[in-house]
Amino acid sequence: MAQITMTQALNLAIDEAMAEDPGVFCLGEDVSAKQGGGVFKVTSGLTEKYGEHRIRATPISETAIIGAAVGAALAGQRPIAEIMLMNFVGVCMDQIVNHAAKLRFMSGGQTPCPMVIRTTTGVGVGFGGQHSDMLEAWFAHVAGIHVVTPSNPADARGLMRASIDANDPVIFIENILCYGLKAEDPGPGYRVPLGKAAIAREGSDISIITYGRTVLDALAVADDLAKEGISVEVVDLRTIAPYDEATVLASVRKTGRALTLHEAVRPFGTGAELAANIQEKCWDSLKGPVRRIGGTFSAVPFASHLEQAWIPTKPQIVEQIKASLGKL
Amino acid sequence: MAEIDRDKLLDIYTRTMKVNRTDEKFRELLMGGKVAVMYYCVRGQELVSAAAMAALEKDDYVVCTYRGQGEQTAKGIPMEKWWGECLGKATGTCKGKGGTMHITDPETGIMVTTGVVGSGLPIANGLAMASQNNGDGRVTLVSFGDGAANIGGFHEAMNMAQLYKLPVIFLCQNNRYGEHTAYADHTDSPNIAARAAGYGMPGVTVDGNDVHQIYPAVKEAVDRARRGEGPTLVEAMCYRMMGHFFGADFSYMPPEHIAEMKAEDPLPKLRKVMLEHQFTEEQLDAIVADIDAQINAAVEHALAAPLPDVGEIYKDVLEETA
Repeated sequence: MAQITMTQALNLAIDEAMAEDPGVFCLGEDVSAKQGGGVFKVTSGLTEKYGEHRIRATPISETAIIGAAVGAALAGQRPIAEIMLMNFVGVCMDQIVNHAAKLRFMSGGQTPCPMVIRTTTGVGVGFGGQHSDMLEAWFAHVAGIHVVTPSNPADARGLMRASIDANDPVIFIENILCYGLKAEDPGPGYRVPLGKAAIAREGSDISIITYGRTVLDALAVADDLAKEGISVEVVDLRTIAPYDEATVLASVRKTGRALTLHEAVRPFGTGAELAANIQEKCWDSLKGPVRRIGGTFSAVPFASHLEQAWIPTKPQIVEQIKASLGKL
Repeated sequence: MAEIDRDKLLDIYTRTMKVNRTDEKFRELLMGGKVAVMYYCVRGQELVSAAAMAALEKDDYVVCTYRGQGEQTAKGIPMEKWWGECLGKATGTCKGKGGTMHITDPETGIMVTTGVVGSGLPIANGLAMASQNNGDGRVTLVSFGDGAANIGGFHEAMNMAQLYKLPVIFLCQNNRYGEHTAYADHTDSPNIAARAAGYGMPGVTVDGNDVHQIYPAVKEAVDRARRGEGPTLVEAMCYRMMGHFFGADFSYMPPEHIAEMKAEDPLPKLRKVMLEHQFTEEQLDAIVADIDAQINAAVEHALAAPLPDVGEIYKDVLEETA
């Protein structure tokens, strides 16, 4: 099988879904061929195949974009709406939280809202405070939405297909730094079910529960620590909410130690919910407190060295693991 | 303005009285303490809703607001289901989980009732976009008040609708108040319809208390949308003859405003038009009596209906639990 980048993986998943179902269409800023197929090229080549009605370039109007996706979804279509950068969800939170997420419930199940909101973010490219945040916890706190993020190209392809298939809204977070990752193409029709975590690496001493780009850090640290005789298990949630509780708890019961890791700021982050749940349900298996790593509780800074200091680092992960194991 | 044929007049009259009698009944129940729920009175705006719904086909989509009783009942939601929902019963349109502010009934085209001012316009665009994509010939009408014209989503939606020539009708029921704030205290421009020009869209202001103005205006907008010529902003001037919600103080309305709205009450005006068109007092009274009988039966049914099962709080969150 060929090697593909994450960008190509997403493009292939959207392409095959559009080919199979005329109700699938994309809308968002700069997404069509006239603008070059999206700022990160995820929708590149699709306008030529499916026309401007199905790859709709929109005005810079996030509320109108998400509102249109909600309406089209209520009418039975499967829109894929792009919010160019995750911080811009602040503009359209009403449509996501009060409408997309709640219309199934408030209508007594009559109006499900099958739509994907693709959005990009990531710390490490110097975009500063309003273009870098991971805001997954905002959505994880809202009933009625799936929150998904891939850490590798194969999962990107499979999660995107599953997200388009889903009969509920999905926030699909793409990390800018992961677009260029390359891996073997899992091939046409590949799907990764929502709500199913992956054991990215098996281990026996501690479980790192993470998702998205920080999975790569966790795997790198696990490699390094293996040389020191420390066996790290890495759980890639893939779906952040509602998450695969069974896999997480089973991993922690096996290793007896847990570390949550995310790029988003630590206070009130998803790691807090994971830690609380693990401590409630795995108390007897735990050999120590659940540890949490997250971004610094300030705006993402611009200068490169500040940005690198802001973000969770591999030495921090090593330190927390060793502290947990009493090996500091 | 074009003459409206007798059948259509009768249709509009029947829908108008259905809206009015439903409103009267609701206030009677609330006043009598039989029911205690949020209700946003539509007294004074019955004709706008009824005429607008009479200009649509059964399959057309409607998005309305918490003050949406007019659109909902005039579009034809079965009364038992409507009352069931308003009383929070298992027999309601939404199994009692939506309530007065979130009535949804896709079968009659009531796709969303939003409790957030101005949020319906962007969603209406999406329904219309689906129709444009799949060529089903439907149009979408979204109703909102003058207060909604000042929220960002209004502008985003108007621009997008015109850009794509979406089959959507923006119906602004200018009832002179945004919640408790008078029009002149929230907007300095003389009307809302003029804003349409800023988006390259036709906009028209009509007297919502005059059937010969409101119906043709909405009908023309519907026809334009169905011909693929794009959206229209129709501003219907009307009065909210009560407070923002039932029980709310509206002593802030100046006496001259109250006198003006009483003089412009759409119901006596419409009755006069009906009589001019050779409908008799007896015919018109019989229509109202029939509506009252239907409403009373629906209310009795809803009052006697079971409450939703408590387990419903876990259902319809995501598909897996539906």
